[in-house]
Amino acid sequence: MRIFDPHVHMTSRTTDDYAAMYDAGIRAVVEPAFWLGQPRTSVASFLDYFDSLIGWEPFRASQFGIRHHCTIALNPKEANDPRCAGVLDVLPGYLAKDQVVAVGEVGYDSMTPDEDEAFARQLEMAIDYELPVLVHTPHRDKLAGTLRTLDVVRESGIPPERVVIDHLNELTVEAVRDSGCWMAFSVYPMTKMTEERMVRILLDHGIERMLVNSAADWGRSDPLKTRRTADAMVEAGFSKSEVDTVVWRNPVAFYGQSGRLALDEVDVDELATFEGNSIRRGGA
Amino acid sequence: MVGELTHLYQHGDFAERRAVLRALPLLPIGAAALPLVQDALRTNDSRLISGALGPYGAAHLDDHGYRHAVLKCVFTGIPLGDVAGLPARADRELARMLADYARERVAAGRDVPPDIQPLIDAYPEVGAP
Repeated sequence: MRIFDPHVHMTSRTTDDYAAMYDAGIRAVVEPAFWLGQPRTSVASFLDYFDSLIGWEPFRASQFGIRHHCTIALNPKEANDPRCAGVLDVLPGYLAKDQVVAVGEVGYDSMTPDEDEAFARQLEMAIDYELPVLVHTPHRDKLAGTLRTLDVVRESGIPPERVVIDHLNELTVEAVRDSGCWMAFSVYPMTKMTEERMVRILLDHGIERMLVNSAADWGRSDPLKTRRTADAMVEAGFSKSEVDTVVWRNPVAFYGQSGRLALDEVDVDELATFEGNSIRRGGA
Repeated sequence: MVGELTHLYQHGDFAERRAVLRALPLLPIGAAALPLVQDALRTNDSRLISGALGPYGAAHLDDHGYRHAVLKCVFTGIPLGDVAGLPARADRELARMLADYARERVAAGRDVPPDIQPLIDAYPEVGAP
């Protein structure tokens, strides 16, 4: 089974996770730029983070046979912090990079005017750079936030097939399906979706424009949730081809719209270094 | 004084930041320290969030900010009994948000925290399933 996790924050994960992910069939990931669990205090912190997403992290992934791409954006939560507003001005340089396959995560956290502004400007950038967009939906007031998100996407004029709306659930899936945008679901151990609920949604709504991700990060999460969901699909009677559509062909089709996905097999060179650094920790 | 508070907060560890937040209602600063409250509410640290939603936050956050702060307490497991401004600042829109949240929890097969129910019940028209 080949798997593409379209949303996972590998920066927060260990090399053991990379090894386990490869063993589970994961061959490609997209790491969206998001927040780090506590507020950043300057634009410079973002530059270092973005540089690691297009540099060190893809190198680390390649050492485990996994293709790593990323999405770049000012996330909604930090869009409220005046110290970080300048991030919007440095984004264009990153949106031109080969490793960057979408603008994201953008969207709403608390639905403030600052979030409106950052969201609208970044949708414009996605249109200018002809990139897909990964849109986060809020944890709090999710249904109202999702409906407002769809309004903003519609008003921006970006084609809906270039937009994925993430972190959906039973109550938000239908509005997104009707909008023509892609639908993404984060399968978590304690919160968001479970594998069983995910399979139920796929049975009810079909597999077209559907993405499943682990959204694993520094919180309680599991980077093998894509594989566990694929297994649950098999158990529920989905064919091999249908499972492949959800966990491989759909994310390839969505991010492939960037024209920048490189998915040829990684030739693992254990002696490789990134700017002189390796993951070997001094071992000869 | 707000400059000094901001400095103490920005260079503080979580306990020092919480101390600054809890001191705010005792100081003659009006709404000038509201950015510190907003910063704390953006974190995921329940110690800072509960510090931010004391009497100072309850007095100075606008309606939208206050509603989202209460919702954040519900999400991070902070008992609403500890939140300043309730039930006086609870309005229909907050009840609508909490009722939506309860529906989302039920759809996911999860339990609903009992302390949100009285706030929903105050506006029976939003509580209907």
